[in-house]
Amino acid sequence: MKEVTFRIRQFDPNRDAEPHWETYRIDWAPGMTVLDGLWKVKELHAPGLAWRSSCRMGVCGSCGMLINGKPTLACNTQISELGTDVVAVAPLPNFNIIRDLVPDLFPMFRAHQALLPYVVREDLEEREEPTGEFWQSAHELEQYLQFSYCIKCGCCMAACPTYATDPLYSGPMPLAQAHRYNTDTRDGGFAARKEVLSGTAGPWRCHYAGECSRVCPKGVDPAKAIQLMKRELVLDFLHLRKKKCPAPVAAKPTEVRRRDGVPDAPAPTV
Amino acid sequence: MMRDQKLWTWHVLAGLVILVFAGLHMAIMHLDAILGIFSPAGGHPIDWANVVARGKSLFFTVTYIVLLGAALFHGLYGLRNILLELNFGPALRKAIGVVLLLLGAGLFVYGTWAAVASHTLAKSV
Amino acid sequence: MPENKGRPNRLGIWGWLGGGRWGAERYLYTLHRVTGLGVLFYFLLHIVVTSSRALGQASWESAMGKVTGPLFTIGEYLVFVALAFHAANGIRLVLIELGFGVGKPIEPVYPYRTSLNVQRPLAVLAMLLAAVLIVMGGLDFFVLGTH
Repeated sequence: MKEVTFRIRQFDPNRDAEPHWETYRIDWAPGMTVLDGLWKVKELHAPGLAWRSSCRMGVCGSCGMLINGKPTLACNTQISELGTDVVAVAPLPNFNIIRDLVPDLFPMFRAHQALLPYVVREDLEEREEPTGEFWQSAHELEQYLQFSYCIKCGCCMAACPTYATDPLYSGPMPLAQAHRYNTDTRDGGFAARKEVLSGTAGPWRCHYAGECSRVCPKGVDPAKAIQLMKRELVLDFLHLRKKKCPAPVAAKPTEVRRRDGVPDAPAPTV
Repeated sequence: MMRDQKLWTWHVLAGLVILVFAGLHMAIMHLDAILGIFSPAGGHPIDWANVVARGKSLFFTVTYIVLLGAALFHGLYGLRNILLELNFGPALRKAIGVVLLLLGAGLFVYGTWAAVASHTLAKSV
Repeated sequence: MPENKGRPNRLGIWGWLGGGRWGAERYLYTLHRVTGLGVLFYFLLHIVVTSSRALGQASWESAMGKVTGPLFTIGEYLVFVALAFHAANGIRLVLIELGFGVGKPIEPVYPYRTSLNVQRPLAVLAMLLAAVLIVMGGLDFFVLGTH
C-alpha cells in the first residue's frame, strides 16, 4: 500500500503564535482526492484539524485551499495528479486565517455585495408579481452564461497579484460578477454599478496577469470578463456606449389554441 | 467619482501617442545606422549640428512637447498605480498623488521651456 | 456583517513576485512593471540632461560629455531593451485590456480554454517584435555603432 505525506499549515489562534507546518503520513488509494486525504488525516492523526468542505464534488466552492502552491478546490484535486508524494496544503492566501485551513472570506463577499450582484430593474411590480418571462435570446444568454458558473470559491482572489497587496481592489470574482450582470440584458443596473467600478475598487488595477483564469476550477475566466468590462467602461467614458433598455417582459402569445386531444393543465393548488 | 476610469483611459491613449513618437525618437537615435533617418548633418545623431537641425524644425519642437506630456503622464500614472497598490494609509495615498502631480507638472514646464528655448536658439544659429 | 477576524495572511509584494505556480502572462506582467519603472527613472533624468541644449553648444557638449563612456553605453542599451519590451508588451496589453483578442464568452468545457489560450499567439508575436527590436538596437549600439 502506497503512502503519501500531507504537510498541512496549521494555526490554532488559542494556542499558536504563528502558523506552522505539520507532517502526516497516510495510506493512498487510487482516486483519492486531497479532501479525502484531509479526512484521513483528521480521522487518524489530527482530530482538531479544521477546514471547510461540503459537496465534495466541485460545485459548492467551500474547499478552496493552496495545494502545492496552487489555489484550487481540495475535492477536485486528485492526489495522483499532483505528481509528487508530498501534498502541501495551506489556507488560501490573501484572506485572514481564522484557523488551520479556514480563511475569512467576508472581505470578498463585501466587495461582491457592493457591486450589486443581482438583476437591478425599475419595474418593481413585475419583479414582485411576475406576469411572464423576460425576453432574452440564446445569443444574449451566451454573453454572460460563462461568468454565471462562478461558485465563489475564492481561488481567483488568492491567485491575483493585485489583490495580494491591495485590499481596496475588488478582486476578480466581484468584478467578473459585475460584468455578468452588466451584460445580462434583463438588468438595468450599469449606472449604479459604475459608481463603484469607476473608482479604486474597479477593474483598473487589473493588469492581466491572468492567474485568476488559470486557477478557476469552473472555467469562468474572470480575466476575460474584466477585460470585456474595461472596454464597456472606456466606451462609456467616451460616451460611445450604446444604452440598452432592460429586456421587456415577453408578451404571451394570444392567437393560440390548444391542439385536439391535449389535456388541460391541472388547476393550481397554491 | 470618475477618477480611475478617466485616468486609465488617458493612460492608454498616452501610451499610443508614446508608441508613435518615442518609436520615431528611437528610430532616429538608436536605429540610425540601420535606418539612417533625420540626422542630416551625418555623424552621431547627438552631434550639435544634428541637434540644431532638429531644433529648427517646428515639427520636432511640437512633437517633443507632446511626447514629453504623454510620457510624463503615462509614466507617473503607472508609478502612482504601483505605489497605491502597496496599500499605504489614506494620508500617504493623498501625498503620493500630490507629489507625483507636482513632479509631473514641474518637469513638463521645464521640458517645454527647454524645447521652445532650443527652437528659438536653433533658428538664430 | 461580522468584522474582519483571524490572522492576516496577505501575500503582499510576494504576490507580485511568486504567489504560486505561474503562467507566462504573470511573468510578462512583472517584467512590464520592472521595465516601466526602469524607463521612467531614465526618462526623468533624460529630461534634465537634454534640456541643456537650450543653453547652447557648450552646455550641450558638456552634458553629453558627462554621459559618455562604456558604462553609459551599456546602461542606455539596457534602457532601450526595457523600452522595446515595454512597448511590444504594451501593444499587446492595449488590445487585450480593451477586450480584443481575449475571445468571446463560451460554454466552459473541461479542459478549459481560457482567454489566456486565445491571447497566447498575440503574446508570442509581441515577444518576437521585442526580440527583433532588441537585436536591431544591439546592432546599432555595439556593432555598426555610430554610438
